[in-house]
Amino acid sequence: MVENRPFLNILTHLVLIAGVVVIAFPVYVAVIAMTHSQTTLSLAAPLLPGGELVANIVAVWNFDPPGLPPFWLMVLNSTVMALIIMASKIVISILSAYAIVYFRFPFRMLSFWLIFITLMLPVEVRIIPTYEVVANLGMLNSYWGLTVPLIASATATFLFRQFFMTVPDELMEAARVDGAGPIRFFRDILLPLSRTNIAALCIILFIYGWVQYLWPLLVTTREEHFTLMMGLRQMAGVREIEPQWNIIMTAVVLAMLPPVLIVVGMQKLFVKGLVETEK
Amino acid sequence: MESKRTIFQSKVLPYFLLAPQLVVTLIFFIWPASQAVRSSFERADPFGLSTQFVGLTHYLRLLQDPLYLASVGRTALFAVAVTAIVMVVALTLAVAVSRAVRTAQAYTTLLVWPYAVSPVVAGILWWFLFNSATGILVYMLRYVGIGWNHNLNPTQAMIFIIVAAAWKQISYNFLFFVAGLQSIPNSLIEAAAIDGAGPFKRFRTIVFPLLSPTTFFLFIINVNYVMFDTFGIIAATTSGGPNQATNILVYKVYQDGFVGLNLGASSAQSVILMVFVILLTFVQFRFVERQVQY
Repeated sequence: MVENRPFLNILTHLVLIAGVVVIAFPVYVAVIAMTHSQTTLSLAAPLLPGGELVANIVAVWNFDPPGLPPFWLMVLNSTVMALIIMASKIVISILSAYAIVYFRFPFRMLSFWLIFITLMLPVEVRIIPTYEVVANLGMLNSYWGLTVPLIASATATFLFRQFFMTVPDELMEAARVDGAGPIRFFRDILLPLSRTNIAALCIILFIYGWVQYLWPLLVTTREEHFTLMMGLRQMAGVREIEPQWNIIMTAVVLAMLPPVLIVVGMQKLFVKGLVETEK
Repeated sequence: MESKRTIFQSKVLPYFLLAPQLVVTLIFFIWPASQAVRSSFERADPFGLSTQFVGLTHYLRLLQDPLYLASVGRTALFAVAVTAIVMVVALTLAVAVSRAVRTAQAYTTLLVWPYAVSPVVAGILWWFLFNSATGILVYMLRYVGIGWNHNLNPTQAMIFIIVAAAWKQISYNFLFFVAGLQSIPNSLIEAAAIDGAGPFKRFRTIVFPLLSPTTFFLFIINVNYVMFDTFGIIAATTSGGPNQATNILVYKVYQDGFVGLNLGASSAQSVILMVFVILLTFVQFRFVERQVQY
């Protein structure tokens, strides 16, 4: 800070507190709703906690209405989906970045551009043909169909490429003098050096997988592969009857908990990953 | 494009390393995209047995379709509103955090987590606040004399999705603005202060211009976010209604194609969106490259 201005200091904190309140308000209300019964919530939304928290969590955990799989199965599906997407994105991107940085071969540029293009084709703009491909490959209603079409990643490839460019050439020359081949160099030197980058990317990519909605909606028609986001949408989407807000809000809070805890718990790593991946 | 000064001499290995990424890209990105382009020029008979080349018919029809044009306008309004709100709020918070030295970390923690909230969840959270029977905000609005029902009122439905979409995106912009502010050398600010520029003048004449790369980058990212990632918010809450009021382009592609099964029209819409994303990406990269050079 350059100079001391008491008025501005107060304003600063007022702005920040107002920001935090606005950002936190919807979740606060949701958490409060999580502690009340259906009857209380159908009269008015309360602002102070009630005593139904455990009952609601138990109810959601055992929640198994017609048309939806049990809640725990959706948690499992979302977790499996997010983990597969995260792991495979990292594996295929680090390998392709390694090829692009440490080798020179025909079609190197072409490969780079093919990967780059994936940036421009979000799944939302190629819904039907992608669905047809997945259907023709017999991958509907499977973890394969849920994950494989989403695992190509230009951003992760770029991040690794950027990082590899900053690794001193001497390391690789020394490794070669000592008789290490490309695979040995990758495994024993490059991979350990990339640890922080991989960890930061894991956070971002796990969240990416966890929040997916449109794609799971298209490729799963059978309950046993429904993900949490699909389940939430169906619970909340019944317009005709008064929704069971206590169940919905408890499910919503539980569904947002894992990624939010990861972001808050590993904030430094997360911010590093986010700011560096996108730039 | 550069590679390392020294490289490994292998003819086959790089292809093996690239194979998984390229196979996935070709099968699930390039091929479907080319199919979308092809079917946007074709009409299939009702049984899907044969197709017929129809040229630009689908595109021409789209451009004359009042529903589509309305959706374009709506999407533009949605994008402008969300982007403006998000960037103003995020920049204000970021400037404040960079002033609050000792408590910056704590405030940042309290502000970043909505990044991890999915669009579906964000939609439902605000749906609960705004629901006509018991929503707290509806109650407050009624107190000041505004009757709220986004199930019936198109304007209110639009305001609703703008609020939910903006709320979720603030944390992302905030983090990038904080990073951008940190990269501005303190000496510049101090020099201006010595020359007698007050905090607001310093912000207007030094900080804000130096932030312009971050601002531009975030602008592109936000437009992209509003155009595509808000699908979950709309699908979970308004489903495009009432009376099409929140049916933005990406939701319309889904509705016409997957629900309405009008493949040709949906493909033409997809192709238009693709062209738009490609333009955005190129603008962004041209700009980033120019930044790197000086």
